[in-house]
Amino acid sequence: MTTPQANFVRASMIEASAPPIAEGGVVHWLRENLFATPKDTVLTIIGALALAWFLPPAIQWLFLDAAWTGGGRGVCATVAQGGSQPEGWSGACWAFVNAKLDQFVYGRYPLDERWRPTLVGILFILFLVPMAIPKVPYKGINAILLFAVLPLISLILLPGGWFGLTFVETPLWGGLMVTLILSFVGIAVSLPLGILLALGRRSHMPVIKMLCTAFIELVRGIPLITVLFMASVMLPLFLPQGVTFDKFLRALIGVSFFASAYMAEVVRGGLQAIPKGQYEGADSLGLSFWQKMNLIVLPQALKLVIPGIVNTFIGLFKDTSLVSIIGMFDLLGIVRFNFTDANWASSVTPISGLIFAGFIFWLFCFSMSRYSGFMERVLDTAHKR
Amino acid sequence: MAIGVTTTPEKSKPSGSIIYDPQVRGIFYQVLTLVVLAAFVYWIADNTIENLKRANIASGYGFLNGRAGFDVGQSLIAFTSDSTYQRALVVGLLNTLLVAVCGIFTATIIGFAVGIGRLSHNWLIAKLSLAYVEIFRNIPPLLVIFFWYSGVLAILPQPRESAALPLNMFLNNRGLAFPKPIFEDGSMYTVLAFFIAIVASFFVARYARKKQEATGQRFPVLWTALGLIIGLPLLTFLATGSPITFDVPVAGKFNLTGGSVIGPEFLSLFLALSFYTAAFIAEIVRAGIRGVSKGQTEAAHALGIRPGLTTRLVVVPQALRIIIPPLTSQYLNLTKNSSLAVAIGYADLVAVGGTILNQTGQSIEIVTIWIVVYLSLSLATSLFMNWFNARMALVER
Repeated sequence: MTTPQANFVRASMIEASAPPIAEGGVVHWLRENLFATPKDTVLTIIGALALAWFLPPAIQWLFLDAAWTGGGRGVCATVAQGGSQPEGWSGACWAFVNAKLDQFVYGRYPLDERWRPTLVGILFILFLVPMAIPKVPYKGINAILLFAVLPLISLILLPGGWFGLTFVETPLWGGLMVTLILSFVGIAVSLPLGILLALGRRSHMPVIKMLCTAFIELVRGIPLITVLFMASVMLPLFLPQGVTFDKFLRALIGVSFFASAYMAEVVRGGLQAIPKGQYEGADSLGLSFWQKMNLIVLPQALKLVIPGIVNTFIGLFKDTSLVSIIGMFDLLGIVRFNFTDANWASSVTPISGLIFAGFIFWLFCFSMSRYSGFMERVLDTAHKR
Repeated sequence: MAIGVTTTPEKSKPSGSIIYDPQVRGIFYQVLTLVVLAAFVYWIADNTIENLKRANIASGYGFLNGRAGFDVGQSLIAFTSDSTYQRALVVGLLNTLLVAVCGIFTATIIGFAVGIGRLSHNWLIAKLSLAYVEIFRNIPPLLVIFFWYSGVLAILPQPRESAALPLNMFLNNRGLAFPKPIFEDGSMYTVLAFFIAIVASFFVARYARKKQEATGQRFPVLWTALGLIIGLPLLTFLATGSPITFDVPVAGKFNLTGGSVIGPEFLSLFLALSFYTAAFIAEIVRAGIRGVSKGQTEAAHALGIRPGLTTRLVVVPQALRIIIPPLTSQYLNLTKNSSLAVAIGYADLVAVGGTILNQTGQSIEIVTIWIVVYLSLSLATSLFMNWFNARMALVER
């Protein structure tokens, strides 16, 4: 006998119906994020109009109308200017960048010897990548390779002059190569020097403290360009007759000193954030000053200020572009140097070259800042409140 | 390095040798540093004197009274090539200050707008602000300067095909031409009225604060002040018979005539510094506003304060406390970055100094002047911002 089925009891489940349009999906997202209030709607419309006004012409100029290939200024100039483009044309001149790319990377380094910077570059990437990935073991050996062996190899390979390598003087160096060398040396020198200066500034010895403070405040108070002028004009005055420094080396010294003053302040911030108990704990264990710093304080302090350190690195990387003012050809310098090439002179050449250089700088700086965010998360040992 | 640890005299006697006493070691290291430093300085001074003697350069600041012999593109005070080096340096300093002040003003406005934009609930505005910050923060300022100078301003039309802008302004590859006000007799009353209005506004603000503290009634300070500052000079202007006229630039056949022109050097430096620094200020503003705990906003809402007033009276004053110190260092950075002017030939302190240095070879003196000026600028800005910070700081009861 079957139980009588009441008419008002449903025998089967009904399908779940879709939520109202306004409560989910695209419409909901749009309402929440773009048209929540009348003010929001106005802002969205203004923003969209600005984008519509700016973006299509920019894309048109950068990609669609751009001259990608060609052997001379003709492809980047209109008929009236002596080129092949129709009247009223304007677009990026990537052909210029294309033709000069080798120069932008190596400067005026002799063609036959360019395998040397290429080799150094490959080694740099080979040593840097495992260093940057936290999971790869043997960090100690890796650090020695990156910070001791690589500079040594570069010192032999890049200038040459021994082991049968032809000597390439530094005024011939240029392009991205110089930018990278300046930043690498600046970073490698400024971090240890900055740590020493920061320790000196917090020292209990009045003389040391005063000297370090004076150096840091002096350097931080003046623009880098005056430091570079000082390095290029005054260093020769300070040295005995006959002793001369390479111009490249002088720029290196200037940039490194400048960056270490900023680094010192960043590190000092980290040192101040370490609770007093850590110092006292180390003292009570009978550790010496350097043991205390190396084993207890600095590992904690440096971890705290990673964002600041990377920001200083990024600043240093950007600041290397200033050496073009004292007549060296870093990436920006060599790009600007090529504006004077009559074979490529056109009204769009400068802006195309600058956009290219800007993109390269941006790429490096942006990757550094992303990597610093990643490292912060990796090293975060959940002490955060 | 525990110096000055005082224990009982019996125990303080170190059992080991004197070379393990931290105090003795400290003194030894300091003396050693001083000796090494003194020797180094002596060596440098000796070399420098030798080198200067050989190059036949007389040290000292006497050269400052010499004839400059070069022209500067833009100058706030009268300057010809017959003026002295000293005057040239003053021109440079004034130009540095001009571009720094203008840049700070604009960068602050853009920075605050973008920083608040990044916190907007509006997805589009937030993303646009983010894109702005990420682009400008990661490009060297020098490159931005060149971008404006040789990328944009250099390919603007020739003077005779100038682009006309509103308010009778013209833009061409020689810069921005704008109407020049001509102050005739009696115009000083208008200027005077303007300053009187500013002073009066201060008193109105004080009166309003006192009144609010005493009675709780609010007085419309902003509108009164605006009315005073705009109205009073305007009335004086009309009453004295419109003594200020404008010399309007007119497009001639080949060139613009009349008006004043801001050169492309100043424009590109100003634009680049403003846009570059604004990206950093935006991040500072964002961090500052996010640093005010949510409870503050919620409490203000619970008290029935409207959202606009909450922002003005509760969030912003607290955010400013976080914002001001890093903002100060950004202002200093902008001032120091203005020295990049030398790359495009804007006659700032470094550019003028560099020219003099090349002419006279007085490198030590010029570099000293640079250091002193920039250090004092830094110090002055820090002092002002510290004062402002102290006014804003939390007064704990």
